[in-house]
Amino acid sequence: MSSITPEVVAAHSLTPDEYQKVLSLLGREPSLTELGIFSVMWSEHCSYKSSKIHLKKLPTRSQLVILGPGENAGIIDIGHGYGIAFKIESHNHPSFIEPFQGAATGVGGILRDIFTMGARPIAVLDSIRFGPLDDPQTGPRNRRILEGVVAGIAHYGNCFGVPTVGGECVFHKSYDGNPLVNVFALGVIPKDKIFFGRAEGIGNPVIYVGAKTGRDGIHGATMASDEFTEESKQKRPNVQMGDPFLEKLLLEACIEAMHSGAVVGIQDMGAAGLTCSTSEMGSRAGTGVEIDLMHVPQRETGMTPYEIMLSESQERMLLVAEKGREQEIFDIFDKWGLDAATVGVVTDDGMLRVRNHGELIAEINNRDLADEAPLYDRPHTKPHRNVPMEAPAFSSTDLKADLISLLSSGDLCSKRWIYEQYDYMVRTNTLAGPGGDAAIVRIKETGTSVAVSLDGNGRYCYLDPREGAKLVVAEACRNVSTVGALPVAATNNLNFGNPQRPEIMAQLVEAIEGMADACTFFETPITGGNVSLYNETLGEGILPTPVIGIVGLLPTQAPVPSRFQAEGLTVMLLGGIGSSDETHFGGTQYAYVLLKQMWGLPPALDMAVEKNVHLAIREIVAAGLAASAHDLSDGGFAVALAEASFDGIGAVVTLPSSPLRPELLLFHEAPSRILLSTHSPEEVSKLADTLGVPVSVIGKTIKGQVVIEGHLSSTIEELQQPWASALENALHA
Amino acid sequence: MKFGVVVFPGSNCDHDAQYAVTQNVGAQASFLWHQESSVPSDIDAIILPGGFSYGDYLRCGAIAKFSPIIGAVKKFAHAGGLVMGFCNGFQILTESGLLPGALVRNNALKFICRPTHLRVETSNSPFTNTATPGQILSLPIAHGEGCYTAEPHVLDQLEAEDRVVFRYVKNPNGSLRDIAGICNAQRNVLGMMPHPERAADPLMGSTDGLVLFHSLIASLAAK
Repeated sequence: MSSITPEVVAAHSLTPDEYQKVLSLLGREPSLTELGIFSVMWSEHCSYKSSKIHLKKLPTRSQLVILGPGENAGIIDIGHGYGIAFKIESHNHPSFIEPFQGAATGVGGILRDIFTMGARPIAVLDSIRFGPLDDPQTGPRNRRILEGVVAGIAHYGNCFGVPTVGGECVFHKSYDGNPLVNVFALGVIPKDKIFFGRAEGIGNPVIYVGAKTGRDGIHGATMASDEFTEESKQKRPNVQMGDPFLEKLLLEACIEAMHSGAVVGIQDMGAAGLTCSTSEMGSRAGTGVEIDLMHVPQRETGMTPYEIMLSESQERMLLVAEKGREQEIFDIFDKWGLDAATVGVVTDDGMLRVRNHGELIAEINNRDLADEAPLYDRPHTKPHRNVPMEAPAFSSTDLKADLISLLSSGDLCSKRWIYEQYDYMVRTNTLAGPGGDAAIVRIKETGTSVAVSLDGNGRYCYLDPREGAKLVVAEACRNVSTVGALPVAATNNLNFGNPQRPEIMAQLVEAIEGMADACTFFETPITGGNVSLYNETLGEGILPTPVIGIVGLLPTQAPVPSRFQAEGLTVMLLGGIGSSDETHFGGTQYAYVLLKQMWGLPPALDMAVEKNVHLAIREIVAAGLAASAHDLSDGGFAVALAEASFDGIGAVVTLPSSPLRPELLLFHEAPSRILLSTHSPEEVSKLADTLGVPVSVIGKTIKGQVVIEGHLSSTIEELQQPWASALENALHA
Repeated sequence: MKFGVVVFPGSNCDHDAQYAVTQNVGAQASFLWHQESSVPSDIDAIILPGGFSYGDYLRCGAIAKFSPIIGAVKKFAHAGGLVMGFCNGFQILTESGLLPGALVRNNALKFICRPTHLRVETSNSPFTNTATPGQILSLPIAHGEGCYTAEPHVLDQLEAEDRVVFRYVKNPNGSLRDIAGICNAQRNVLGMMPHPERAADPLMGSTDGLVLFHSLIASLAAK
C-alpha cells in the first residue's frame, strides 16, 4: 500500500503532473522525505518555475559584471582589486504571519547571501509596503505589522552591525493582507577571494556550521509559494526565528575560514535549508553529496529525517573543505563558539544521498532537484486592470492645502520614525543616510563610494506594467545620478499575485520586459534578484510591484545635499517643467491621495531624454556646480520644492509658462527632472545646453518661505510640521 | 601612543574605533580578544567599543563582565590606566562596577539612532582636558538601552564630585539629569552612550569626537 496518496502530493503543493515528473525522474515512488525534498526544490520560491523563461530576457552582462544571476549574489567590479556583492530578496509572506521575526529573518537571509560569497556586508536598504494605517477595518492590523516589521529589521541589522542606510515605505489598500518586505544588502569583497556555492573535489568533507537545526520554518519555501487563506494563520510555526548575534559570529568565522584557504565552496542554508544547499552545491559542481543526518547538530530531540532536511532554522551554512584541513575549520568555528561538524562527503556520481545512522533515506540526482524543476510558460493575456482610461472631473480650490495633504500622506511623509530605529551609521561609512534621493556608502578599502536607490511604484505598474517598470528603473537611476553616481548595475524583486491567473501573469511578463528594456538602455544589468508570487489574500492580489535596486559608483567626497543650504542661490529646473495631460495624471500621488482614484496611464517616459538628464546632473555635480540637487518624483514639482526646503531655506520661484492647468503643473509626475540650487547658473546652463538638456532658471533661495508665484505661498513650518509628524500621528491614532 | 580596542563576540564598533584612532587621530591600535586575561604592556589606553557583546543576552553588558579581558581591564584601571567605554562599552563598565548606575531601556522603548548635542560639563578629566566646560559637541547616539539611571544619592555624589562629564542638550532617552557620560572617582575611567568614534572624520558630518582622543593623548604626554 503506497503512503504517497494524491492527498499527500497535494499537501506538498505539487500538481499531479509535477508528481508524474518526480516518478519518471526517480523511476520509482519517492519516500515521504524524498517527496518533501522535491516539493521544496520545485516550489515557486526555489525554482522560479513560473518566471524563469521570462527572466532570461533581462540583461545580465557588462564589462563590470564579475558574476551575474545564479549564485547567491551578483558581483560587480569597482576597481582597486575589489568588487561589491549585492542582492535584494523578499520576505513578504513570513512578515505577514509574524512581522517581527519575518522581517528579521529576511534581513538575516540576505546578509548570508552576501557573506557566503566572501563579502563583508556594509549596507542594507529596505523596500516595505503595507495597507493604509488609517483604514477603519484593517488600520490597526496594518499598524501592528509596520511596527513589527520595522522593529524586526532594526533588531537584526543593528545587532549584526550593518547600517540600514535607506529604502522606501509605501502604502496601498492592496497590501492590506500582503505586506511587502524586500531587503537589499551589499558587501565588499576582494576580487581574488570570491567563493562559490559549489561542492568541488571528490572526497572532500561536507561541513555543517552555525546554529543547530530545529523544527522551525519547515516548508517555509512552499508557504511562500501559496496564496493566503484563513488557514495561513496556522502556519505561524513555519516562520523561522532569527538570532543576529549568532549571525554576526557566523560572519566573522566564515570570513576567517575563507581566508585560511581551507574552504573549497560554501553556501548558506536559507529557503529549503539543508536540502537546497546540498543539492544546489552538488548540481553546480556536477558532483554528488552524501550526508548522514546523525551528524547534523540538532536543537530538538526526535527530529525525523524529513524535518531535518526541510528545516529552515536560521544562521546555518554548509561548506566543503579541502580534505585533511577539517581541523583548521573546526578550530576557527570553535574560537567563535559555533558548532561545526562533518556531515558528509562529496561524491562522483551526481546524487544527493541522505542517510540516517547509515540507513538510506533519500537518493535523488542533484540536477533533477536543482535544474529539472518544471518550467511553465503560463498563459498570459491582457494585464489585469479595473480602472477607466478617462480622467474624472476635478478641480482644486486650494493648492497649498493640496500640497500639505500630499506631504502628510503615507507615501510622502517623513519616515524618520522608521529610520531612527535603524543604526544607519555603524561602520562609519554612511556619507548619505536615509531621507535623501540615494544612500551613499564609502568603501574604505578602495577610497571610492557606492550609491544605492530602491524604487517601486505599484500604481504606475498597475496602469501599465511595461511602462511602469521602465519608470521605476528610470527613477532609481535618476536618484543615483542626482547624488553624482554613475548607475552601473541592478537587482530586482518582482512582487506579483497569482501567476496562474493569465491577467496577473501578463503583468509579470510585461513588467519584466519593460524592466529588461530600461536596464538595457540605462546600462544597468541585473545581476540577481528574487521573484515573489502568490501575493494574494482571499483572491485579492497586490498591485504589480517590481522593485529595483540600482547601484552606482562615485568618488568619495562630501555628498551633494538634497535640500537648499544657503539663501540667495539660483534655483534651476534641469529637464524643464515636463509635459503631462489628464490621462497621464491618473497614477500620480495627487490622484491617489486627493482624488482617491486611479485612471489613465502612468507618466510618459522618453528614455533617451531621461538618460541625458542623468548625464547632465552627474557632470554638474562632478564640476562642483550643484549646491543642492533633488529629483522630482512622487508628488511632482511642488512636493520636491517643499522637501528641498526642510533645512529652513526655501525658495521663491516662477514656473515657465505652460498650457497645463495648475493642479497638473504643480503635481504632475513626468520623469527626467531635477531641482537644483547653484552659485553658477550660467555654467549649469552651458553644461546642460552642450548635452541638449533643457534647463530653466526658476527663482532664488530665500529663508523660511516656499513661494510658487501665482499658485501658492507658505512658510516652511506650515509644510514641514505636518510632513514630519504624519507617520507618528497615524501610528498612534 | 597605542590604544587597545577590546573585541567581544558581538562587538560591532570595534573596527570603527580602531579606524578613528589610527586614521583620524594618528595613534596606533591593536585589538584585545575577550578571552585574553592580561593587557599587553604597550597599551596606553583601552577602548570598550559599542555593539552587542555576547548578544546582550540577559542584560546589556551583563555577560561581558565575566569575561577574562574585563578582569584584566579592571586591573589596568585600578593601576590608573585610562579606559573609555562607548555605548555598549559604557553598559559593560556599569555592569562590571567600574562606574556607578545602570543603563536601561530608552524611555520611548525604541532603538534611537540620531545626531545629538552634548554639553561638556567638566574639563577636569583626561578625556576632556582640551575641551571647554559648556562647549557643545555634536555626536551621534545609536542605542536601545541608553537611559542612565542611578539612586538619587549616587547622582548627587556624581555632581558633587564633578564626575558628570557630558550632558545631553536635549535628552533623547530619559537619562536622569540628562546624563550622557560620567567618570569614576579616580577620573581615569569614562563611560558615555554617544559615539565619539563616529564623529572623527569630516565626511561623517562631525569631527567633534576628536576632542576626547586629543585630550587623552595630551594627558598621557603630560604624565
